[in-house]
Amino acid sequence: MRAEFRVAAPIRRTSLSACRSLLRTLFRNPSFVIIYSAIISDGFGWRYHLGLDPPSTEIPVPRDFEVDTGFLLVFAASDGQSHAYGLDKLNSLAVVVDSEEAKNTTKIKQLLCWLSSIGIKYIILYDMQGVLKQTIGIDLESLTNTSMTPCSVIDAKTASSLFHFGKMAIEIISLSDGKEGVAKAASFLYSEHMKDDSEICHRSEPDFTESDVANALKATGSAGDEPDLLLVYGPARCHLGFPAWRLRYTEIVHMGRLRSMNFAAILYVCQVIR
Amino acid sequence: MEKHDRKPESNIFASVWRFLRRCLFLVLSLGPMPNHIAFIMDGNRRYAKRRNAEEGSGHGVGFTTLTSICQYCYEMGVKYVTVYAFSIDNFKRKPEEVQSLMDLMKEKIDELLEEESIVQKYGFRINFWGSLDLLSEPVRLVAEKAMTHTANNTGPVLSVCMAYTSTNEIMRAIKKSCARKSSRPQGYVNCDGESVCADINSYVTVADVEENLDTADCPDPDIVIRTSGETRLSNFLLWQTSLSHLQNPSPLWPEFSLRNLIWAILEYQKIYPYLEARRRLTKKEN
Repeated sequence: MRAEFRVAAPIRRTSLSACRSLLRTLFRNPSFVIIYSAIISDGFGWRYHLGLDPPSTEIPVPRDFEVDTGFLLVFAASDGQSHAYGLDKLNSLAVVVDSEEAKNTTKIKQLLCWLSSIGIKYIILYDMQGVLKQTIGIDLESLTNTSMTPCSVIDAKTASSLFHFGKMAIEIISLSDGKEGVAKAASFLYSEHMKDDSEICHRSEPDFTESDVANALKATGSAGDEPDLLLVYGPARCHLGFPAWRLRYTEIVHMGRLRSMNFAAILYVCQVIR
Repeated sequence: MEKHDRKPESNIFASVWRFLRRCLFLVLSLGPMPNHIAFIMDGNRRYAKRRNAEEGSGHGVGFTTLTSICQYCYEMGVKYVTVYAFSIDNFKRKPEEVQSLMDLMKEKIDELLEEESIVQKYGFRINFWGSLDLLSEPVRLVAEKAMTHTANNTGPVLSVCMAYTSTNEIMRAIKKSCARKSSRPQGYVNCDGESVCADINSYVTVADVEENLDTADCPDPDIVIRTSGETRLSNFLLWQTSLSHLQNPSPLWPEFSLRNLIWAILEYQKIYPYLEARRRLTKKEN
């Protein structure tokens, strides 16, 4: 079901509060979350009027604006819902999507809605070809004003594609963050090793440990949370090159094709695996 | 590996069963066959517990299953079989259990080198992957002996991961890559005669790491099977399994039979077109 709201500009607070009440009602009832996929007004304007920031005076908004509502549900949804579903211990969850299926951005956004509604604090989205970075990533970037520029060693503290929505974080990665990330970390370790050795002619064999590699991955911006659960959407149960260092003890569950995803299956898997 | 003489009736049954298997595998081979299957042999302890048997007995039955599965894979034309025998994390178990596993591994590796074993019968080449220096000396020596003895075999390849984790393997590959780079400095010499290194991000490439992994001589697995229904990879071949079909059948490892293996291959054949398309796309982009 899709609900489309068209509001005349400037937006009056009364009409906004009516829409807000409707959204909250829809949101509180999980069955509505399943079927809910709405398109409403400009995300930035709504953010103000849902009370997340101090409400300002009437904000003039152009007529016939449309933006996905999924991220607004992220804001309102993530408080306390994980407790309601008994999923407190499920801290982070990854979703691997086949790149062809990842082009269906509506489904991806709906999936994000559902995951936020059950209170997942950290979501990692992955596809091989980087389709999600180009679609969802761009949308999230504009909503949160976060830069998606790849991080270098120097400004490594800046996450490359990590977006924060209130208490929830969404990270979008692709194949280039996997093996190439490890190669970058290896190059970093090598450069550090070369600095330590004083004579070029007598290079000792490096004495790296797994912790050194993990630290190098952090330094080069290729590290991140290890998800507790990885949902695979596609024709086959494959992790499609998800970063090796983050997949060590992750439970991997094949959910079938993205087009036939359903909320009950996700909730069931999350509750079984927790 | 029976040492006593077989009765003629059991020889007939064995021959009939071998003939039926050959017919079955012939039909199976009408579809795409995997070249490399990897197994996470999970469930040995649970098997012994369920049967109220002695704690280490499940591993003994598990070894018999391993030899049967290797034989079936050979008969089907699967060239590479990899098994996850002992993880570095398993050293955290009780010392008595770890010691009994070491003793069992030594005993079974010695058995594999005997005349009547499948290794000699089918010409298996054996690899041991992992940080072998973490193993007790008798096990390490017998493993090295097995690798040396079978190095020239041209049959199927059995790779046994012992004292192994994927992150440890990647770390060792990075060490080897850096050591090799150190011996041939990269970059150029500037006007002052100082050695200036090239772009930091290209010192070590993905190819450098891959050629120094334990699995460098082996193609990536087509199927990874973890028995007992567990869904984790537990730090096994994480680098090599990007496009591997991950399967987690319910039977415990000692219960894993030919029927389960055939089902695994049928499942693989169903999604083979998809995996092959992804492999071609990845090769094209590289």
